[in-house]
Amino acid sequence: MHRINQLFENKKDRILSVYYSAGFPALNNTLDIAIWLEKAGADMIEIGIPFSDPLADGPTIQESNKVALDNGMTLDLLFNQIKELRSKVTVPVILMGYINPVIQYGIGRFCQSCEDVGVDGLILPDLPMSEYISEYQDKFTDHGIKNIFLITPQTSDERIREVDARSNSFIYMVSTSSTTGAKDSFGEVQASYFERVRSLNLNNPTLVGFGISNKVTFGQACAHSNGAIIGSAFIKVLGSSDNLESDILQFVKSIKA
Amino acid sequence: MKYTVDKTGYYGNFGGAYIPEMLYPNIEELRESYLSIIDSKEFEQQFNALLKDYVGRPTPLFKAERLSDKYGAHIYLKREDLCHTGAHKVNNTIGQIILAKKLGKQKIIAETGAGQHGVATATVCALMGMECVVYMGKVDMERQKPNVERMRILGATVQPATSGSQTLKDATNEAMRHWINNPTDTHYIIGSVVGPHPYPDMVARFQAVISEEIKFQLLEQTGSELPNYVLACVGGGSNAAGAFYHYLDKEEVHLVAVEAAGLGVASGESAATTALGKPGVLHGSKTLLMQTQDGQVVEPYSISAGLDYPGIGPMHAHLFDVGRVKFLNATDEEAMKAGIELSRLEGIIPAIETAHAFAALKQLNLGQNDVVVINLSGRGDKDLDTYIRWGKY
Ligand SMILES: Cc1ncc(COP(=O)(O)O)c(C=O)c1O
Repeated sequence: MHRINQLFENKKDRILSVYYSAGFPALNNTLDIAIWLEKAGADMIEIGIPFSDPLADGPTIQESNKVALDNGMTLDLLFNQIKELRSKVTVPVILMGYINPVIQYGIGRFCQSCEDVGVDGLILPDLPMSEYISEYQDKFTDHGIKNIFLITPQTSDERIREVDARSNSFIYMVSTSSTTGAKDSFGEVQASYFERVRSLNLNNPTLVGFGISNKVTFGQACAHSNGAIIGSAFIKVLGSSDNLESDILQFVKSIKA
Repeated sequence: MKYTVDKTGYYGNFGGAYIPEMLYPNIEELRESYLSIIDSKEFEQQFNALLKDYVGRPTPLFKAERLSDKYGAHIYLKREDLCHTGAHKVNNTIGQIILAKKLGKQKIIAETGAGQHGVATATVCALMGMECVVYMGKVDMERQKPNVERMRILGATVQPATSGSQTLKDATNEAMRHWINNPTDTHYIIGSVVGPHPYPDMVARFQAVISEEIKFQLLEQTGSELPNYVLACVGGGSNAAGAFYHYLDKEEVHLVAVEAAGLGVASGESAATTALGKPGVLHGSKTLLMQTQDGQVVEPYSISAGLDYPGIGPMHAHLFDVGRVKFLNATDEEAMKAGIELSRLEGIIPAIETAHAFAALKQLNLGQNDVVVINLSGRGDKDLDTYIRWGKY
């Protein structure tokens, strides 16, 4: 069974997926952070492909993208850094990034590299569904790569059903109408949106992302979904850490507590 | 029409709507409604009335005799510099603000490079009583100070974009992020023929009034509505799109777009997208884009803030691709000289963006009988600081 499907088969709730930018805080941290995250208890790992113009990201991830690029991060280098991924990490790994670097790398070559290193899925926020269907879906499928779609509080029921029909792993529920960034709590808007999505009885499991920062928001998100994704709050920890391994352990523990 | 957008939002291989899901409802709403709104009688009446009585259209088409003598051809200037607010940008903001009202939006955001689009947006927001936030690169705020203050006088909030090169590209990123965070009550007035479909088509339609007027004015003055050449500068490409629009299918008319070469195309400090770019995706559309081999967007450079952009609109990428439009470029130095030359020969100080179009006159092999229309997209008041600093006049 595909690694992502296996995860959701084995675990139905409180799944924790953690996002960080490749090449941040230091150029060669990429694989180590994945290893330490798994050791700390993360269920899934999302590695960001740095981009010069991350439109959907707030200040924290903008900054980590910039630092990574200044460090010399490239997509070529990323695949090289995670060449040994599958001898060290067993949880599902997803790459998240903007479409332009992927286009320049070459979509066929990109899919092959993903398969070679053992990447399980992709989140490409600026790849629209229509383009995905006409240009990318077959290639992804051929290489065993799951495409993960985003939905937001503004997404209509009809479109959520369309996303569900096109998905075969999980659906990424963006918590609020916003760019990425940590928030302290969720309000009623989120609660009713989470509930609306749950009442649609989708075929795919859901993970909530954007704005998850701590135990409280993680708990709120998990109450209405299969788990949650943490990005900015984790990046902040990485950015100010003197000891990545122990801080990562601490952080994951504090979320799952 | 052969070169306009197709049903799926593409111009040949370029265009589309590469937007995150957060913006999907907004873009979808626009896509579904823009044509029916624009084509309605009510819209047309309101748009035309404002263009006439508020903007001051039609703008003159002026035969530049001394410039004509100098270059040995019949040169006509389309005086967009005489539009209210001093550039063609207002044609688009008038159209979009009426549309925003129809869509029930209360707030307006915009990005700006030279500040002309920001001023044009702030102006129509004042006119319509709408709240206005304009994102502007911090570097651009410094080199276009008068326009920053004009926007503020008009009641707009000017938000500095402090990421990246702190110019137009970064202002556009910030405006899009603002829209993601405020999707329901806000309309984003994009200032050029860039962005996700339907923006490039919508903006081109609003600017098309330029070539619509050129046609009848030229007919009146020369007996033919077809010139041999139409020239325009290209940042994102809105004034060029407007000047070319009704000539696109008239293959006998040579259309010439002029990009900013900055310190020189090969200098590493340039904004000449067709010379340096490859197909890529930025700000919601697939287009020609200056980028590294790894797909990171390159920071462009031009002395003129309005041309300091690493891409061009997808329509222009297509027109370049199929060879319908010839793309030339002019350096900072060439543009500044051309700006001074126009000032001395015709008594018109052009915007530095516009001066790039004039700088390309030398590169054309003009014949004595050739009729050339140059789109004089804006006036140089906002650029006095730059002219003064350049100093060679
Ligand atoms: C006078 C003038 N011309 C041209 C431009 C470039 O924009 P576009 O290529 O969209 O016409 C600007 C942009 O600020 C401008 O102010």
